[in-house]
Amino acid sequence: MSVIVYTENWDGKFKKSSYELVSYAHAIATELGVETVAVSIGNVADEQLNILANYGANKILNVVNDKFAVLDNSAYASVIARAAKANNAKVVVFANNFTGKAVAPRVAVKLEAGMANSVTALPLSFDPFVIQKNVFNGKALGKQQINSDIKVVSLAQNSFGLKENAGTATIEAFDPALDDAKFNTTLVEKNTVTGKIILTDAELVVSGGRGMKSADNWGPLEELASILGAATACSRPVADEGWRPHSEHVGQTGKIIAPNLYFALGISGAIQHLAGVNSSKVMVAVNTDPEAPFFEAADYGILGDVQKVLPQLVEAAKKFKAHS
Amino acid sequence: MKILVCLSNVPDTTTKIKLSADQSSVDMAGVQWVINPWDELALTRALDLKEKAGSKIESITVITVGESYTEPTIRKALAVGADDAVRINMTPVDDYEVASNIAAYVKENPYDIILSGIESSDYNGSAVGGMLAEFLKMPSVSSVSFLDLEGDEPLLKREIPGGTETVKVPIPFVAIVQKGIAFDPRIPAMRGIMMARKKPLTVVEPAGEAGKSNFSGFAMPQAKAKVKMIDAENAGELIRLLHEEAKVI
Repeated sequence: MSVIVYTENWDGKFKKSSYELVSYAHAIATELGVETVAVSIGNVADEQLNILANYGANKILNVVNDKFAVLDNSAYASVIARAAKANNAKVVVFANNFTGKAVAPRVAVKLEAGMANSVTALPLSFDPFVIQKNVFNGKALGKQQINSDIKVVSLAQNSFGLKENAGTATIEAFDPALDDAKFNTTLVEKNTVTGKIILTDAELVVSGGRGMKSADNWGPLEELASILGAATACSRPVADEGWRPHSEHVGQTGKIIAPNLYFALGISGAIQHLAGVNSSKVMVAVNTDPEAPFFEAADYGILGDVQKVLPQLVEAAKKFKAHS
Repeated sequence: MKILVCLSNVPDTTTKIKLSADQSSVDMAGVQWVINPWDELALTRALDLKEKAGSKIESITVITVGESYTEPTIRKALAVGADDAVRINMTPVDDYEVASNIAAYVKENPYDIILSGIESSDYNGSAVGGMLAEFLKMPSVSSVSFLDLEGDEPLLKREIPGGTETVKVPIPFVAIVQKGIAFDPRIPAMRGIMMARKKPLTVVEPAGEAGKSNFSGFAMPQAKAKVKMIDAENAGELIRLLHEEAKVI
């Protein structure tokens, strides 16, 4: 028996979130007294694969096949479900990221499994299997009980942390046994920005709202983000005005994020905005309006004009980085 | 070509959430119901595609799994331009049950393009679209921020970390959509509301599988500690606190 964890790679490399995911899967496997089996799809060197052992993977199923270069939800789901069956999986763990959202629901159906998405902690109990997750955009917590033999769980990023479990793992080539018919997704064009911190992955996010006043005032915000190693984001009105791209919009209908630190600069904190960010661990609000709802949600607040506060934050962040 | 849009009926985002006395359920008394915002974007794009010059879209059907209290929401979808609606008469326990029941209906009543929002704002599930595709053995594309048809060929853009991919899949398929697919939902006009009353809303009994999970209880989040205010003249102090106290930088 096993806990299966799908460890995605990006250009042959794992990320911190992959190690977090293996740490989480290993914690569940330990409770159940079963093995932790990682599934990797794509060309990943053994040296990379072996890092997964440091976080508790006992076995790594390595699927190397060029057909998987483009994500085809159905084909990926077939391989992972097949690996789960071959290893008598009790729980299958995904990251609640782009790939996890695309593939995990299909795996759940293949395994006739109930699924809990975007969980932030270990199950509250294993028999019955009850796991807690945010519901109503964080306004309540729900205890989801999964009644099927196999359970599919997707973990919110930055929610569990890394737990080292030094050990060694065996690496096995895993044959996906697929015919051509299952690949239905053809890539026409790919556009990626390199060297930019990805918003949905970011541990730190600096975000601006209407209080930024115009598209021309984002220099200091970008500077603060760059000094801290943070991604940049914005509120809906800012994206609608075209001050920033829609891809930066966080909040309901925009991106839902849960970084360790969220800076809300000149964002009042409408409920639709908070719905997308209130799983952040620490939130900072800077606003001229003492009645801004964000001050109710934030951990730290500064009552003042962003234009005056931001340069001070940039200076302080520079000094902090110079000394650390 | 026929489009099916999956609609979830959810409490308006501004709803204050209250739990029942024993915390076993959420108290829905007095809740204002709306179309799930992501599903509303899906519907908006479907309508745009149908109205384009030379469009091959014959009809747009909306489908909801829910009891009769979901009908005002369904009527709203008809009022903004959907042609007909289907309601599967049950209260589903989870995404699996929703997807399985929609799949059972679609197997008997085929569609070419099925759209579903990437998340629902009630139980924050995000699995219905993917599960539906798997039940129907159709291709699915997730995180879709653009959908168009070049003749009979669909072209989709999906948001990958740090960028986008433009992909093609054969019809029929399921697209799980997010912002970008459309921006502003339509607002029903009086004429649309009048017409919606006459549009067909078919009620069918569930024919899918039972769910695999249920919510056994709820809790309210821990009350947040009061915000710590920092003097605007001494804003740099914040950076020290974030490092030494909050330990996040």
